[in-house]
Amino acid sequence: MNVDTADPSTARAGEGVAKAPTGVRGLDEILGGGLPRGRPTLLCGGAGCGKTLLAMQFLCRGALDAGEPGVFIAFEETQAELTANTASLGYDLDQLVEDGMLAIDTISVDRNEIVETGEYDLEGLFIRIAGAVQSVGAKRIVIDTIEVLFGSLGDPAIVRSELHRLFAWLKAQGLTAIITAERGKEGISRHGIEEYVSDCVILLDHRVIAEQSTRRLRVLKYRGALHGTNEYPFLIGRHGIVVAPITSLRLEHEASTERVSTGVESLDARLSGGLYRGSSVLISGPSGAGKTTFAAGFVDAACARGETALFISFEESTSQLMRNMRSVGFDLIRWVDAGLLRFETVRPTMHGLEEHLAWLDELLDEVRPDVVVIDPISSVTRTGTRAQVAGMLMRQTDLLKSSGATSVVTALINPGTTERAELEITSLIDTWLIVDSTEANGERDRLLSVVKSRGMAHSNQFCEFVLTDHGIELLDPYLGNAGVLTGSARLNQQLADVEDARRDTEVLERNERDLEHQRGAIAARMEELHAELRVQEERLEQVRADHQLRQERTARQRTLLSDLRWAGEERPTTADAGSPS
Amino acid sequence: MTTTQPAVPTDADEPSPDDARWELRLYVAGQTPRSLRAIANLQRICEEQLAGEYHIEVIDLTQHPQLAKGDEILALPTLVRKLPPPMRKIIGDLSDSEKVLVGLQILSGPDT
Repeated sequence: MNVDTADPSTARAGEGVAKAPTGVRGLDEILGGGLPRGRPTLLCGGAGCGKTLLAMQFLCRGALDAGEPGVFIAFEETQAELTANTASLGYDLDQLVEDGMLAIDTISVDRNEIVETGEYDLEGLFIRIAGAVQSVGAKRIVIDTIEVLFGSLGDPAIVRSELHRLFAWLKAQGLTAIITAERGKEGISRHGIEEYVSDCVILLDHRVIAEQSTRRLRVLKYRGALHGTNEYPFLIGRHGIVVAPITSLRLEHEASTERVSTGVESLDARLSGGLYRGSSVLISGPSGAGKTTFAAGFVDAACARGETALFISFEESTSQLMRNMRSVGFDLIRWVDAGLLRFETVRPTMHGLEEHLAWLDELLDEVRPDVVVIDPISSVTRTGTRAQVAGMLMRQTDLLKSSGATSVVTALINPGTTERAELEITSLIDTWLIVDSTEANGERDRLLSVVKSRGMAHSNQFCEFVLTDHGIELLDPYLGNAGVLTGSARLNQQLADVEDARRDTEVLERNERDLEHQRGAIAARMEELHAELRVQEERLEQVRADHQLRQERTARQRTLLSDLRWAGEERPTTADAGSPS
Repeated sequence: MTTTQPAVPTDADEPSPDDARWELRLYVAGQTPRSLRAIANLQRICEEQLAGEYHIEVIDLTQHPQLAKGDEILALPTLVRKLPPPMRKIIGDLSDSEKVLVGLQILSGPDT
């Protein structure tokens, strides 16, 4: 078997190999630009895995985007069938044919009508192909599915040698060709077509894993060019095939430094100015915690700035959502009326994981919103294995980021379930908010915390928020001795604190009054004592004065008496001296 | 299925199409030895088996490529029995006369 696997050492980033873009979203990225120009590519896969659609999209996009006319050689379907099938993807084959950009030749071979006798070749087929190519001046061609010839003609040796001739002719004509083939049990294709097509081989696969229908694409080889070698899921959506790389080939989202408001001023402050434009936000929490309200506030703020928004709701109808959000002050209907807001409400059961991505991709392409809300993603992720869900979420984040939109995705995470796949993507998202409600004192209090926010300072403090009739308000947390208190506990504690303070003040005032009172009393007493002292002093002075006076008088009387008794003669004073007469 | 292709001049010498019970059309690509061999083989077989009852139209697809689609021609040479119905196709240079006769249902095959 002549199948090379991609060898990076010989593959140099696309140099030397001219590319023809397929116009299939995601595929050109994997192929490093497109299919090898002027060479045939083998597109191999089982029945119903999308070969014909992919090939037709290659022609239509070539005609519409690159102005390259194409030819479709159909061995299996009629033109009417092809037209109907591709109309479902939004391509008007009849119009392309009319415009001379597409030629379709349907070839039916009925084995029962044919008898072989003697030598023949497939010149008739070549003439038809050449005629079709010439009729539109084709640059691209699809042959779907040439293997039918092996079943219709009895001589495989002739078919093989003619296929060699056909592929040589296609190359000589410089046609970029897609040759489709059925998947074989042993080789790549049932009849070994890969022997003739050695430039590029793409495999398509359609599997059902865990009840999820998944289509996958793999580039088996691409001579002379670098290409993604993994299996990539692809989807057949409203606008054709979309290949979604499960892992981003490049991380090239432009990082903006512009901030956008979350719609809650106090939350912006906690994020030191708001979210980065183009970043992805996850709001997780239990039912009724306020996830949708945060999302609505975000959309309301965006529309108020004149930006466009896409709100995908999986649980509420548009009118219900509008009514509910009006009750908390977000009048979203005016933004719908103004053409800024697009609501998409669908039942998540309508989508598998893959369909969800395809649908989202198309919506993003169609609406091109500045902000996107998906509420809640957990509705979509109920089905599928954990790995599938994680893979889908990763690609969704990728899709949202590459669209440039700032996105808010909510996830219903019930308390105690930390093992959810939704949480596996928290490493990919930029800002993760957890809203929660705590039960205490017969009530539920809403809490918000910023678990992470890439590239910005943010508070790690849990804080309480309330839903008012004019939006969300974050309350300053109460930090008591018993930790962070919320709700009525916070109110109670605040009241108790006020009461304590009042009591303290009263005690102080009373003490002050008492002291003042005592000071007065003491001062009065001191005054009294001073007065008493003065009285005593005065009395003492009086006594002293009297004493003085008496002494003087006594002295005078003695002198007088002595004078009287002893007139001229000296006579000693006797016992009666001093006694009053 | 188109059965009213424009008449293409041929150098065969047969009754007019209106009289023929067997209307045969032989598609070839150019004047290659294989083409010429097929034409000669067909004329010989018809003369031997269907003298006076056939009309052969030879179409050279290199000259008239647009005629390939009508009879869903892939292989060349291809002989198409237009009449009597149903349509039959025989591909190859018609070198095996017996197979040609079986294919045209002039002779019944060994297994029919």
